[in-house]
Amino acid sequence: MNLEKVIFGFFIVFAATLNFGFFIGEIDNPSHHDIYELFAAIVVNLIATVLKFGDRTQIGAIHLATSLVADLQLLAAAMVWGYAVHVAGTGLSAGVMASIVSLSGGALFANVISVIILIAETIMQRR
Amino acid sequence: MTSSTPTSTIFLVLRRLRTPLIVLIIIFALSVLGLTLVPGPPDANGAIQRLSFFHAVYFFSYTATTIGFGEIPYAFSEQQRLWVTLSIYLSVIGWAYTLGTVFAMLQDKNFLNAVAVQRFARQVRRLREHFFLVCGYGETGRLICKALDELGYRAVVIEKDEAKVGDLELQSYSADMPALCADAGEPDTLLFAGLTSKYCRGVIALTNDDSTNLAVAIAARLLAPTLPALCRAEHADTVANMASFGTKHIINPFEKFGEYMALALHSPAAYHLLLWLTGLPGTTVTRHRDPPAGKWVLCGYGNFGKVMTQALENAALPVTIIDRAPPIDPSHTWIKGDGTGADALRAAGITDAVGIVAATANDVNNLSSVVTARELNPRLFTVLRQNHVSNRALFAAFESDFVMVPSEIVAHECLAILTTPLLAPFLDAVRRADDAWSQHLLDALTQRFGWDVPAVWSITVNIAQAPSIYRLLMRHEPLHLGQLLRTPVTDRPPLACSTLLLLREGDEPRLLPDAEQDIRLGDQLLLVGRESARKDLDLTLFNGHTLDFVLTGRDAPSGLIWEKLRSHT
Repeated sequence: MNLEKVIFGFFIVFAATLNFGFFIGEIDNPSHHDIYELFAAIVVNLIATVLKFGDRTQIGAIHLATSLVADLQLLAAAMVWGYAVHVAGTGLSAGVMASIVSLSGGALFANVISVIILIAETIMQRR
Repeated sequence: MTSSTPTSTIFLVLRRLRTPLIVLIIIFALSVLGLTLVPGPPDANGAIQRLSFFHAVYFFSYTATTIGFGEIPYAFSEQQRLWVTLSIYLSVIGWAYTLGTVFAMLQDKNFLNAVAVQRFARQVRRLREHFFLVCGYGETGRLICKALDELGYRAVVIEKDEAKVGDLELQSYSADMPALCADAGEPDTLLFAGLTSKYCRGVIALTNDDSTNLAVAIAARLLAPTLPALCRAEHADTVANMASFGTKHIINPFEKFGEYMALALHSPAAYHLLLWLTGLPGTTVTRHRDPPAGKWVLCGYGNFGKVMTQALENAALPVTIIDRAPPIDPSHTWIKGDGTGADALRAAGITDAVGIVAATANDVNNLSSVVTARELNPRLFTVLRQNHVSNRALFAAFESDFVMVPSEIVAHECLAILTTPLLAPFLDAVRRADDAWSQHLLDALTQRFGWDVPAVWSITVNIAQAPSIYRLLMRHEPLHLGQLLRTPVTDRPPLACSTLLLLREGDEPRLLPDAEQDIRLGDQLLLVGRESARKDLDLTLFNGHTLDFVLTGRDAPSGLIWEKLRSHT
C-alpha cells in the first residue's frame, strides 16, 4: 500500500461525494443545497487539482483536465451565488438556485469521469 | 543530472509546488470558513451577524496578500478579531513556505540547467540557416568559430567548462552562437544541439579528451550518417577506432605536422603552397627557410617525437634522440639525458647538426632546449612544439623556423575540409607533383595575389549554385572558362582569380585548366583569388544579365517591355 495513492484516491472520491451531496435535492429549492457543502466541495476540488500536478502520463493529463473543469464549474456556481445575494440583490430566488445547482451538476459529471479514470487505472494495474 | 529533458522542467516545477500550494489552499479555506462561523457584532435589531462567504473571501483576499483595507463591511466583534489574528499568522507562514520553495527551486542547479538546456534547444531549433556543430571550445574551437564567423557560417557550440562558455559570450561574433555547457559525449546533448537538424552542415569534435571525440564520432555516424564529421584524435588507438566505423575525417595534429614536415623536406615549394592555401582567413603567410638536409637532433620521444623521427628518417636524414627515459627503440641513436642542458646537446652532436626538433609536452623546456642549442650552433634550423596558445609571445620572440601549434593545425585542416571539399584532391595532387611544378605555381600565384591568405572556394555548375550558367548550357551554347572569369565592369578585365582544379564525372581531374577549357553541366571547379573576385563571380553565376554582359560586353535590355522591343527590331 502506498500512502501517496491513498491520499490521491481519497481526495478524488471526496471531491466527487461532496459535489454529489450539494447537487442532490430539488433543483430550485434553496433549503436542499447548503452553502458550506459547496465551499467544502470547492476546497477539496482545488486540493485534488494540485495533487494531479506534475504527472507526465496521458492518464495524468486527462485527470488534470477533468479536475480543472470541475474547479471552473464550481467556482462559477459560487460566483453566481455571491452575485445574486450581494451584487444584484435579488436574493436566492428559485431561478438563481437552479442555475447554481446545474453548474455544480456539470462539475459532478467531470468528477465522475475523474473517479472512473481512477478505477480504470486501478484495474489496469497488474500488481 | 543533466539528462533531464527540456519538457520535464515544467513538470518538475509543478511537482515541487504541490505541497506549498496545498498548504496555501488549506490555510485559506480554514481562515475563510472560520470567519463565516465566528459571531460578529449584533445588528440594529440585536441579532448576531455573521460574515457571508462572499465577504469572508473578500476580506481574507486582501488581508492574506498584506493589502489590508481594514474591517469591511463593518467593524468586527472581538471574537472575529481573535480569529483574524490567528489566520493572519497562518497565512504568513503559508506564503513564506511557498515563496521559499519557489526561490529555492530557482536557485537549484538542476533546475537552472534544465532551463538552460531548454533555451539552447529552442535557439537551435529556430536556426534557419546552415550551421556547424562544434564540440569543445578550447583554443582550436575558438579559432574555428572565429574563422566560421568570418566566412559567414553559424556555429553551435557544446563545451564542458563553464568558464569557456562564458568566454564565448564575451567574444564579439557578428552572428549569435548558441552555446551549451554540457558533455558532448552524451547523445542527448548532441540531439539538442541539432545533430539531426536539416540545417546542420557538419560536426567538429575538438575536445581535449580523445574518448569524448570518439563518442561524438560514433553518435554522428549512427544518428546522422550523411553528415561530415571531423574528429581530433591524438592517440593512435583512437585513430584506429574512429577509422574502424568509417569516420571520414580524423585529424591527428602530430601526424599532420609530420606530413607537413615530410612535405617541407621533400618539396619546400609544395609545402608553402599548402600553407598559403589552407591558412586562416585574414592572416599572412611568411616564407620559411627550407629545412636543410643533414644531421638532426630531436628532444623528447613522445607522440610527436615519434612522428617527427619517422618523417626525418623517411627523408633519409640521420636523427639523434635525447630523452630522459632509457632507450625504448634500439634502432635509433639515443642519448639519455636532459635536452635543456648543454651537455646532453653536445653529446648528441649539436655542433655539427643542421636542425633540432624540440618535441616535449612542456613549452618552457622546448624553448630552453632550442635557445641553448642555438647558442652552441647559431645556424641550426629549429622546429618547436608549442603546446599552449597562451605562450604565443615567448614563441614569437624566439623566431623559430617552424612552430608546431596543435590547435592551429587542427583548425586549418577543419576549415579546409569544411569550406572547400575540392581542396583535398588538389592538395593530394600537389603532394605528388615534383618540386619545380609546385615552385612555378607558387610563384605565379603569390605574384598575382600576394602572400596574404587568399579566398579559396569551389562551385558546382548546377541549377542551385549557378542558375544563369545552367540555363545557358541547357540551350546548348558553348562556354569557356576564360569567357566566364571576367569582371562585370566596362572592358571586362579578367577576374582576380585562378582555377586550380576541374572535376568532371567519369573523367580524370584536370589540374590548372586553361582559358580554353569548356564548361559542362555538373562540373566542379576549385578557385583561388581575392574575395572581391568571389563576389563578382557569384553575381555572374546567379544573374543572367550579368552573365550576358560578361560574355558579350553588351548591356542587354532588361525588363519585359525592353526585351519585347528588342525582339521586334
